[in-house]
Amino acid sequence: MSVFIALLILCTFMCLYRVGKGPTAPDRTVAIDILGTLVVGFCAIFSIITKKDLYMNVSISWALLSFIGTIALAKYLEGRGFDE
Amino acid sequence: MSETVGLILLIIGIIFDLVGCIGLVRLPDIYNRLQAATKCVTLGTCMILLSVFFYTGLSSIGVKALLCLWFVLLTSPTGAHAIARAAHRSGIRLWEGSVMDKYAEDREGAEDKA
Repeated sequence: MSVFIALLILCTFMCLYRVGKGPTAPDRTVAIDILGTLVVGFCAIFSIITKKDLYMNVSISWALLSFIGTIALAKYLEGRGFDE
Repeated sequence: MSETVGLILLIIGIIFDLVGCIGLVRLPDIYNRLQAATKCVTLGTCMILLSVFFYTGLSSIGVKALLCLWFVLLTSPTGAHAIARAAHRSGIRLWEGSVMDKYAEDREGAEDKA
């Protein structure tokens, strides 16, 4: 299991590289979106290891909050208000 | 038996996540990165959540994993679509090797009609 955790941490660092380097703002937004999805998988593997359902609660709420954040950033990039 | 299936699904999911993140680092422009990373990482995370269900069965962890799989499957493509549309509308150019841009043609056609 620790091998899988290590590989996911490697994926996370690739996303962080894109967040840091990405030439345009949508590049960074995509990388943050992918980072959120990776954290969902990370919490799922952690709940297999510890056998606690607490981490699945974290996983569900992280998926929904990451979606709301992505939509808000996309609206902001498009240059429109949030009430349209 | 179910632990074996769970382990196989977990390995497939991690491989998809890795390939998606390599695509996120390596590909040339925002639209290529978006399609590689979103498709691969969505499928990879769904495989990981399905493997959690196979590991734990119909317990509270397994049912929450299925619920989370449904949320990820529903929200991740929607978010990617919104980002691609926002990037195109905010004027980000395609990579110079791209051969067609259907969305720009559609928008020009709509503006001519209006």
